[in-house]
Amino acid sequence: MSDDIKKIMFTVRNAPHGSIYVYEGLEVKLIMAAYDADISVVFMDDGVLALKQGQNTEELGIKGFEKTYGVFVDYEIENVYVDKQSMEDRGMSVDDLLVIGEDEDTEEPIKPKIIDAGEIAAMMAEQHNIMSF
Amino acid sequence: MLHTVNKSPFQNSTLESCLRFISDGDVILLIEDGVYGAVAGSAKSAIVEGAIKSGTEVYALSSDLKARAITNLIDGVQITDYAGFVDFVEKHKTHSWL
Repeated sequence: MSDDIKKIMFTVRNAPHGSIYVYEGLEVKLIMAAYDADISVVFMDDGVLALKQGQNTEELGIKGFEKTYGVFVDYEIENVYVDKQSMEDRGMSVDDLLVIGEDEDTEEPIKPKIIDAGEIAAMMAEQHNIMSF
Repeated sequence: MLHTVNKSPFQNSTLESCLRFISDGDVILLIEDGVYGAVAGSAKSAIVEGAIKSGTEVYALSSDLKARAITNLIDGVQITDYAGFVDFVEKHKTHSWL
């Protein structure tokens, strides 16, 4: 672990449109991406619902953020993970997940990586800071 | 790592989630409405009982216990005060489960 590069994990644990948490958290991530930090984002609990593709918030009169998640990789936010159990509990599979960018060479769409609680716990233990949204 | 939980286990699943993602040697500190998770004989007692059984250190903040008249704690739950809270924060990296 380098001393000067901070490892910062963002956890997303709230459903997307019932509160401002997920949106505000997204803004913070994009701001932090401009700094020299090692950023990871983990969606867990109701937070996994924010990753469903096909969200249309037009009739709610709010901007929505599915498109913004689509540029995570362009912002060099590449370490994006989803808790497997939380997805399964909510009836979601990899097909439901939105895209966070595309591979530079192959142009294949990139989705968040599905991992289990043990892998997330191990990553948490390595962080300098963990921020919840 | 120090994990603080400030939500009642009757209100949402924050405490259960926290326990699902902890590593060996981590400490749980129940604060604010989180202290309801430390009450013995409730419908949610099994959560903290299980954590203690598997070797996790669980603390509850005394001021929050007193404010809520909680005296019947689950066996093995330890009590700390604000000074102890500060010591934990000094010693561990902190993860606030909000």
